[in-house]
Amino acid sequence: MTEPLLRTVGLGIAYQQGRPVLSDINLTIEPGEFSGIVGPSGSGKTTLLRVLMGAIAPPRRDPQGLWQGTVERRAGLRMAYVPQLETINWDFPVTVFECVLMGRPQRGVRFRASAAERDEVMTALDRLGIAELAGRHIRELSGGQQQRMFLARALTRQPDLLLLDEPTSGVDITTRHAVLHLLGDLNASGISIILTTHDLNGMAAHLPNLVCMNQRVIAHGPPAQVLTAPVLEATFGAGLDVLNHLGMPVVVDSGRGAPATGELLDPHAGLPAAPAGPGGGTDD
Amino acid sequence: MTDLLSALLDPFSYQFFVKGIIVATMSGALLGLIGVYIVLRGMSYIGHGLSHAIFGGFAASQLIASSWYMLGAGIWGVASALAINSVSRRHRIGSDAAIGVVTTASFALGVALLAKFGNRGPSFDAALFGSILGISQGQVWALAVISIVTVVLVVLGYRALLFATFDPDVAQASGVNVARTDAILVSVLSLAILATLTVIGVTLVAAMLVIPAVTARLLTQSFGRMLVISTILGAFCGALGMYASYYANVPSGTMIVLIAAAGFLIALGIGPGLRRRESAGAGPAASSVPAVSVNPGSAIR
Repeated sequence: MTEPLLRTVGLGIAYQQGRPVLSDINLTIEPGEFSGIVGPSGSGKTTLLRVLMGAIAPPRRDPQGLWQGTVERRAGLRMAYVPQLETINWDFPVTVFECVLMGRPQRGVRFRASAAERDEVMTALDRLGIAELAGRHIRELSGGQQQRMFLARALTRQPDLLLLDEPTSGVDITTRHAVLHLLGDLNASGISIILTTHDLNGMAAHLPNLVCMNQRVIAHGPPAQVLTAPVLEATFGAGLDVLNHLGMPVVVDSGRGAPATGELLDPHAGLPAAPAGPGGGTDD
Repeated sequence: MTDLLSALLDPFSYQFFVKGIIVATMSGALLGLIGVYIVLRGMSYIGHGLSHAIFGGFAASQLIASSWYMLGAGIWGVASALAINSVSRRHRIGSDAAIGVVTTASFALGVALLAKFGNRGPSFDAALFGSILGISQGQVWALAVISIVTVVLVVLGYRALLFATFDPDVAQASGVNVARTDAILVSVLSLAILATLTVIGVTLVAAMLVIPAVTARLLTQSFGRMLVISTILGAFCGALGMYASYYANVPSGTMIVLIAAAGFLIALGIGPGLRRRESAGAGPAASSVPAVSVNPGSAIR
């Protein structure tokens, strides 16, 4: 059996004592994995992603015991991260080329792209079909192109594991499909992929693997196994039914068993949740 | 004709003026260069704050040893900058508020010390608005050394600084030590302010940190070009402002800032057209892609 890329053992994190964000996360990510982390807003999925990529690391001193467990990475594991588009300052003066080049660490005084780096960046952009936009300012791209630009930046790091935070939030259905296909191709080329999504039907049902979480991991496996009423109720705290449409699980809001606050907060309570487009999902 | 020429060259016959022009040009370039990072991080106010903090450092350290006041003020400035950095990082206070607290307290302390014990060091009127008369040879060397250190850091840390400024989270995950990058940046900033204070003045340093950078931003969409344009603009405004102040007979800092502000107004007018042309030209990167036609109209949304 091959060595897993990454493994968390009993991982628990709290920002304040007594208020855990993640608890007892035991997750093993095997080579070739292509998984979506699904959970409601505040379920800790972005935190988990940030821990996996190392942006949140155990503090040097932890008298309150806010960190528990460990994150083990395979020696020499190369990771790359694609941020949520909403977190980016799109007025920042960088061109697409400059943005992708950021992914390559600088060697010595040579801060401009060497011929080899230029080739590498252009190859990555070309692979994602946006090579002709290299000289453009980042704001001139559409949402899908912006996503591709960050994917290109990630690819220049030649990652074993690619982490994406909500890659489909704020993009239209066509782009969502394109992103999904693109990720499928990258996965087929040998890159393991973990992404977060709140988009149960548009995205999650199309992924080979799902991790349903709400502070802890509730289920981990293929959608057909994971997308069941009990798992979804434990994850989202609301009554959701799963229908079978052409062999694909489709999640709908059953309108039952939802907590009173959920009914008040959710304008779509009682309506089918599919497709969970903008406004239908949650934001993390 | 020769009369006009000799009138124009007249100031250069004074040693103090030649020194002043050199220092003003270097100061403008240095602040223009660092200003790019400061403006893009939304920390424009830090220049204003740090110059006031350093003024407090001047006042305090000249009480201890008047000959070492530059060193004292430098240490004070770097300490204030690191304090701002640390407060805003750890305590969930916005950097604007952290700057407000740390630097005004430092300035107030300086004013209180001056009022209580008087001034034993250099002229503080000059420190407020800038003067070319008070520039010592030591200050010229200090400015030169700090300028060289800054350029070396910007060249060696170019991509790390850019990445940490654009997208700190991803930079951290990609192996950039963002905390160290930030600390280096604010330390260099406070040293640069210290070295330029005497020419441009406490109250006007912030302007030279911000104006060339935002002017450059108006003229280009590329980070690399913004750095170069901002540095050149800063140097140009420094030199021209110093020259104009000789004839206008006003403090050097005021003229430098006024000329920079005029440049900003011009850039407001011509900026959009330049950026469109840059975009339509699609820059050096895209030009290496064969057989791609970029429709100039498509760049405009």
